[in-house]
Amino acid sequence: MSGEMVLNPKIRIENVSYAYNGVPALKDITLDVPACAITVFLGPAGGGKTTLLRLINRLNDLVENTQMTGRILLDGQDIYAPEVDVPSLRRRVGMVFALPLPLPGTIRENVLYGPKLAGIKERTRLEEILVRSLQQAALWDEVKDRLDDPANRLSGGQQQRLCIARSLALEPEVLLLDEPTSGLDPISTAKVEESLYQLKRSYTIVLVPHSVQQAARVADYAAFFLIGELVEHQPGKALFTAPRDKRTEDYITGRFG
Amino acid sequence: MSRQQVQRIGFALLALAAVTVVLPILLVIGNIVVRGLAAINWEFLTTMPKNGMKAGGIFPALVGTLLLTLGTAVVCIPMGVGGAIYLSEYARDTWLTRAVRLAIVNLAGIPSIVYGLFGLGLFVLFLQFGTSILAGSLTLAIMTLPVIISTSEEALRAVPMEFRTVSFSLGGTRWQGIRNIVLPQALPGIITGIILGLLRAAGETAPILFTVAAFYLPRLPRSPFDQTMALPYHLYVISTQVPGMPKHIQYGTALVLLAVVLSMNIVATLIRSYFRRRRQW
Repeated sequence: MSGEMVLNPKIRIENVSYAYNGVPALKDITLDVPACAITVFLGPAGGGKTTLLRLINRLNDLVENTQMTGRILLDGQDIYAPEVDVPSLRRRVGMVFALPLPLPGTIRENVLYGPKLAGIKERTRLEEILVRSLQQAALWDEVKDRLDDPANRLSGGQQQRLCIARSLALEPEVLLLDEPTSGLDPISTAKVEESLYQLKRSYTIVLVPHSVQQAARVADYAAFFLIGELVEHQPGKALFTAPRDKRTEDYITGRFG
Repeated sequence: MSRQQVQRIGFALLALAAVTVVLPILLVIGNIVVRGLAAINWEFLTTMPKNGMKAGGIFPALVGTLLLTLGTAVVCIPMGVGGAIYLSEYARDTWLTRAVRLAIVNLAGIPSIVYGLFGLGLFVLFLQFGTSILAGSLTLAIMTLPVIISTSEEALRAVPMEFRTVSFSLGGTRWQGIRNIVLPQALPGIITGIILGLLRAAGETAPILFTVAAFYLPRLPRSPFDQTMALPYHLYVISTQVPGMPKHIQYGTALVLLAVVLSMNIVATLIRSYFRRRRQW
């Protein structure tokens, strides 16, 4: 089953199949991700959501013994083409992980890690990036007086927003989030979701939500994955109010998880 | 006998075993300190041996041991840490890396006299470095290498995988992640391994026996191709090869060797505990 097609998608996933050691994880996925919107990948564990997410910024390059067919296009360009520079691709496609993973060091060092690796040295420029990223991640007010404190002294929710800020510091075009609120309390979750609403104005966001409720709250587009297959892909409202597939309906109404 | 009594006897035996480990160390250190302290003074540390080593100081042996340790460090730190980075961060699990690991384990198990003979054959004779600081340092470096590689690799592997993934996801190359995150986090473990390895090299006699150590050479070495006296070998010589050797010089020499090695050990412990308190994971 192929997904909803969009004109000039930011990301186009074309007939992607993927296997770990010969065990299939994704089966012939075709899906368009539009710009400036939140697309959620939902479904029960083991459906291939995280794998697909990690294929979009080539983090799965680090895993050995995998087999991939099909293409993934970013702005029409195949990101697996041999001439692609992987570090620059990852600067364009940022990633936030399920658990907050601050790097060793201060808040400032965390946010500026990416820009510094990218070769930005100018102090005023770095300062601008620091302030802008933390503001975008809705963390600035809470940390502006202690930017040089160790990052791991922040609360879990603050750490996760710091990780979002760290990705935003690179001004990516796409932001991939893999259950970014799974370890957070409801208040922190609300703050993260709030910043996603702000961010989708200028970024393409792909989110693996940590619950169906969260998916329903934030999804502009939703794709439902089941055991490596894309079952259904629709605008969020449609998928959650009138799913086309029985399996989607069973999942979103909580008949299985 | 009741169960409580059996338990009490069991505890007593275990405690005895634990105390027995401490006892020899205390006795060795105590014995050497008590008998050797009288010989230690500035002159003993800084003058040449005289009168067939029966008088004077141990200056050339002390300097020789420091030079040999330095030479060993120069060779085996870059090789050892580099090798560990390769094995931990770059190498995939192939027959080649498995062979390398096997070689490291076996290298660590070779008796030190075999290293000495190997050094004699390769560096002194075949490569014609002669009996020299260069040949001795290289021999000691080969012996120290497995210690440094395995402790460094362990320290690198202890750094959580996620840090590397995060660095990649922020557009870092593998090397940038290693240099900026992994290496700084692993550094305390690596430094500890280096010091423990060098400490063993500083105290060894057999590897330097045929490759560098001079029986009696009351002057300082002039170049890396020169021989030198060294503390462990000097101690061996004055303890067994020189009749009528004054006891306090023997114990004094042992005390200096012990002090050099123990102080390195203490530095390693301090570094480790300092960084452990600052570790952020």
